[in-house]
Amino acid sequence: MNQVPDENGRFGKFGGRYVPETLMNALFELEEAYKHYSKDPGFQEEVRYLLHKYSGRPTSLYYAERLTSHLGGAKILLKREDLNHTGAHKINNTIGQGVLAKRMGKKKIIAETGAGQHGVASATIAALLGLECKVFMGEEDTKRQQLNVFRMQLLGAEVVPVLSGTRTLKDACNETLRYWVSHVDDTYYILGSVTGPHPYPMMVRDFQRIIGDEAREQVLRDEGRLPDYVVAAVGGGSNAMGIFYPFVGDESVQLIGVEAAGRGVDTDEHAATMTLGRHGVFQGSLSYVLQDDSGQVLPAHSISAGLDYPGIGPEHSYLKDSGRAEYVPVTDAEALEALQLLSRTEGIIPALESAHAIAQVMKLAPTLPKDKTIVVSLSGRGDKDVEAIMGYLGGKPNESH
Amino acid sequence: MNRIDEVFAALKAEGRAALIPFVTTGDPSLDATVDIVLELERSGADMVELGVPYSDPLADGPVIQQASERALRGPVTLEGCVLVAERAREAGCRMPFILFSYFNPILQYGLERFFTLLHDKGISGLIIPDLPIEEDGEVREMAAEAGIHLIPLVAPTSKARVQRIAASAQGFVYCVSSLGVTGMRSEFHSGIEEFLQSVREAAPVPIAVGFGISSRDQVERMSRHADGVIVGSAIVRQVEEALPLLAEPSTYRDGIAQIGRFVASLRG
Repeated sequence: MNQVPDENGRFGKFGGRYVPETLMNALFELEEAYKHYSKDPGFQEEVRYLLHKYSGRPTSLYYAERLTSHLGGAKILLKREDLNHTGAHKINNTIGQGVLAKRMGKKKIIAETGAGQHGVASATIAALLGLECKVFMGEEDTKRQQLNVFRMQLLGAEVVPVLSGTRTLKDACNETLRYWVSHVDDTYYILGSVTGPHPYPMMVRDFQRIIGDEAREQVLRDEGRLPDYVVAAVGGGSNAMGIFYPFVGDESVQLIGVEAAGRGVDTDEHAATMTLGRHGVFQGSLSYVLQDDSGQVLPAHSISAGLDYPGIGPEHSYLKDSGRAEYVPVTDAEALEALQLLSRTEGIIPALESAHAIAQVMKLAPTLPKDKTIVVSLSGRGDKDVEAIMGYLGGKPNESH
Repeated sequence: MNRIDEVFAALKAEGRAALIPFVTTGDPSLDATVDIVLELERSGADMVELGVPYSDPLADGPVIQQASERALRGPVTLEGCVLVAERAREAGCRMPFILFSYFNPILQYGLERFFTLLHDKGISGLIIPDLPIEEDGEVREMAAEAGIHLIPLVAPTSKARVQRIAASAQGFVYCVSSLGVTGMRSEFHSGIEEFLQSVREAAPVPIAVGFGISSRDQVERMSRHADGVIVGSAIVRQVEEALPLLAEPSTYRDGIAQIGRFVASLRG
């Protein structure tokens, strides 16, 4: 099951390269460069050095004792990606792709961002490596996440507000691809998730698998055995793919992806791509997509800007349809409750994205005996969300769309 | 014989290039698109591209993006767009129709059903901007069975791919004039002439050039190097400018005529 994708970028039937012809050679060049450098010891060493010395890896696998005891069931272990430099797992990928861009001789990078985490991680690596950086962000999101816009600007990046379509992440992705089509000669596109055309889903997974590689080693060392469950939030799905991937071959480990149900899967306002989407081609690959009967892509909704996306990485679709992983929806309200519970029991304020994974653990752990273990990807910290959360909890009108 | 082949054969005999306008179908309404298509033919168009509006038009610039958004409010479906061709044909239109659609609406409609529809409603060619040759196997086969030309795109960045793409092309090869999305521009990719020449040498079928062509001068210049010239955003912009006229029954015909005058001016 680990032999994916094939040479055409297919995970079973999913994936592929559904992009305008103008980009095809750039994708092949990228694939070649990636294949070459991923085997190059100098490249690997530079990435490893930055992950360790710059971002602070390995992140710890932390036994959440008070949360475990509060829920009264399975033992809960948090993979602390929130402890990375810039506050989320996104930096794992931007370090990898940033170093790759530099080795390929590119001086300019572009990136899309929703909540701003990938944009900040891209701006950070651009500053570190001396690259010029443009970040495309939906105008709606630039308003929701003003602090992240300013962070990116402080880091020397240009933030380009996207005015097309829904003015959120989906359209930021479109606009980044359009800009890339126009500047493909000298620009490297750092895509932030396991989405888009081949080789991005594979490459981003490979740069993110360090989450699962570390977690697997840590759980074997600390607990003496594999976990029974691995739980992670999915929007595009990069932190989930990163933590799932090294466990895919361990058949006893159940993999659970948690997607955003927004105001509920029985409403029109959700981002439950796996629960309510169908197979379709969107932004470069075949995967599950939220769409209407005519194949028009539907706007998504989630309290979490990082999960507010109508698509999902093709490898997740492959894991779902092959039955290897399960995907479940969690609502805005459940995520907010989980965020508060983790804050109060463990002194950790999670990102709204990660709070979705915690919410699933709140449902799952109490149903399991105490000798079972759950590893949860705590993909990011909640600092970026504090202002918005204050609005939700205090009833201020600073609400997500 | 496919109508597209007939038109290129006839134009070759006349020694001129085909003028191929693009319209966003359903902008502002399907009825209006039928009238616009008829007017395009009266104004000198040789074939027409019917663009199917899509929520995420990756290859398109702002003019066509906005037209798609307007059309989708209709709402407009893939089938509705194809029926425009049938209606225009019934009203006397003789031009070949080329459907331009992103892949997902086609996939959701169902490939088999889709090609039956195209065949039955008189569509001659199909362009899918997000379906490169690596992904088009099944579509290519079914298009051939239905007698529909699957028209491929080549870009200045295609380089070594030009040979492979052009060699298997049907109808014509759509040459993208410059890096970037659709939209009016004053400059083309440097080396455009050499690029077009390289495609011509590789292609067993005529070549047409598009993206960014908006004026009579540009049409003339490109006509010297290609068998067809595609004008998209500039025409969609004309439709946009005519929207107030098209909205009122008393000025509707003036709006249609205004679009026609622009197309006639491209032909000179």
